[in-house]
Amino acid sequence: MSEQTVASPSVDEPGVDLRRRRFLTGAATVVGGAGVAAALVPFLSYWQPSAKTRAAGAPVEVDIGKLAEGQMMTVEWRGMPIYILRRTGSSVAELAALDGGLRDPQSEVDQQPAYAQNAYRSRTPEVFVAVGICTHLGCAPTFRPDVAPADLGAEWKGGFFCPCHGSRFDLAGRVFKGVPAPTNLLVPPYAFLSETRLIIGSDVEDKA
Amino acid sequence: MNRLFQWFDARLPISSFWNAHLAQYYVPKNFNIWYFFGSLALTVFVIQIVSGIWLTMNYKPSAAEAFASVEYIMRDVEWGWLIRYMHSTGASAFFIVIYLHMMRGLMYGSYKNPRELIWIFGMLIYVVLMAEAFMGYLLPWGQMSYWGAQVIISLFGAIPFVGPDLALWIRGDYVVGDATLNRFFALHVIALPLILLFLIGGHIMALHEVGSNNPEGIDIKKHKDANGKPLDGVAFHPYYTVKDLVGVAVFLFFFAIVVFYMPEMGGYFLEKPNFIPANPMQTPEHIAPVWYFTPFYAILRAVPDKFLGVMAMGGAIFVLFLLPWLDRNPVKSIRYRSNTFKALLAMFVISFIVLGWLGMQPVTPLLTFMAQFFTILYFGYFVALWWMSKNEKTKPVPERITR
Repeated sequence: MSEQTVASPSVDEPGVDLRRRRFLTGAATVVGGAGVAAALVPFLSYWQPSAKTRAAGAPVEVDIGKLAEGQMMTVEWRGMPIYILRRTGSSVAELAALDGGLRDPQSEVDQQPAYAQNAYRSRTPEVFVAVGICTHLGCAPTFRPDVAPADLGAEWKGGFFCPCHGSRFDLAGRVFKGVPAPTNLLVPPYAFLSETRLIIGSDVEDKA
Repeated sequence: MNRLFQWFDARLPISSFWNAHLAQYYVPKNFNIWYFFGSLALTVFVIQIVSGIWLTMNYKPSAAEAFASVEYIMRDVEWGWLIRYMHSTGASAFFIVIYLHMMRGLMYGSYKNPRELIWIFGMLIYVVLMAEAFMGYLLPWGQMSYWGAQVIISLFGAIPFVGPDLALWIRGDYVVGDATLNRFFALHVIALPLILLFLIGGHIMALHEVGSNNPEGIDIKKHKDANGKPLDGVAFHPYYTVKDLVGVAVFLFFFAIVVFYMPEMGGYFLEKPNFIPANPMQTPEHIAPVWYFTPFYAILRAVPDKFLGVMAMGGAIFVLFLLPWLDRNPVKSIRYRSNTFKALLAMFVISFIVLGWLGMQPVTPLLTFMAQFFTILYFGYFVALWWMSKNEKTKPVPERITR
């Protein structure tokens, strides 16, 4: 432990150009800061979906020939559950009557391709396609086609019920008022390749 | 031997550090049972680090292999079940200890001037610990792991404008998947434990700068003897090192009972749906986070609006950071505060526990109403505290510690 102090240029030392020092300090900080900011880009982008993950988002084809009226099937696209439901004629007709209790009955929020922004939220009235992920916090809503069950109340005309936080959607994936989910279920891009074959993830109809 | 020590001591501040933080660090002589939980938290931290390192030796952080590798540890690895149960029990034990440690702070006003920064450090530790526990819970890749992560990451999606892109960035995939699991593993085993270590260091350094509070809330530094030693203080070592060791022994006794006889704790420490492998196509009928998150989860569910619900949940944690400035009464200990304060604190504790219970239950209209009621009481504590503490009628605080 030596007591001698190393001579360091102090602020009040004569001959020190403070303006020059301040400029150099500032310039070094800015250049160094820009370097750190640039280095952040690869570190942050590293977290984005990889090329492989994005490629796995390619469209999938589905045969819906065996899907009976009132039935729903689930397929996987981009790792997400996709619900495909063949609605009955009567349930399609009942959709309009629910409008009053819905948050967005006319599908004004951008949760569907343009061709699904209609009363049924689908290309054709019967076949309904939606991403089976609740718009609240990402659970998979349960398909509840039963009318007026004990747990959902007498008003229930069939639809989707999220077990996690109790959000409710009708058979067109439209969200009811007074539930935590803010928007209707997302309708993915999809198209009919034929009467019985669907493509999920693509808008192009005649690709067959 | 002595010369060897001298050689090192001249080159490394061993004895000065020992004296400053242990042998000549003076602590109030009147600590009670509530003062065990700081050293116990450190004990659990060590248990988690050691058992965690051992678990990584056989765990596979991939969606295809994670679930099976945990079962492999449980069934085929020598003593693997013990290491894993120590780690899973340690997670819950950590929160039990931390909640009691925070309760001590609330009762004896340990967050008040001059200890605000200790409280801030402690809150940061609590928040990082929640992130650490949440990410660790994804790793077994069971149904609860998967859907819990899906829900919590979706919380970030509620942030206006950047939300959906942010959630995608956190997941690294369109839903929780292999990329998410792998990065959570990296954060769980390296990044967050390192941050925790630094925060614990800051917490203790800030504590040793101003000294410990005590159940009386009396500042022992006001009365010192000729040598500058506080009259109502005793050296941390050997007095409290020995006392804390007794606490650690009692803690380990209970810890071992859980590890050996009830590691699942009836579904509270290890939830039953987590024994089913993750299935991205199907949400379990009823999902609930692990018990230590349920009070905040209940607050989230109480608000029938996505963005406001997330705000309320975040606010419930954030408001705790402000406690040193919300409580405007200089009297620290509950022993010298008004009955109004005691009633308020009791109300806060009850609402926290009831919210914790509500967060485990399925959604029904009655329970949602209850959750809203107790959410109001939870936040009401802070509002009422700010309002009443300014002109609170307190008892006189003694100069010296006499009991």
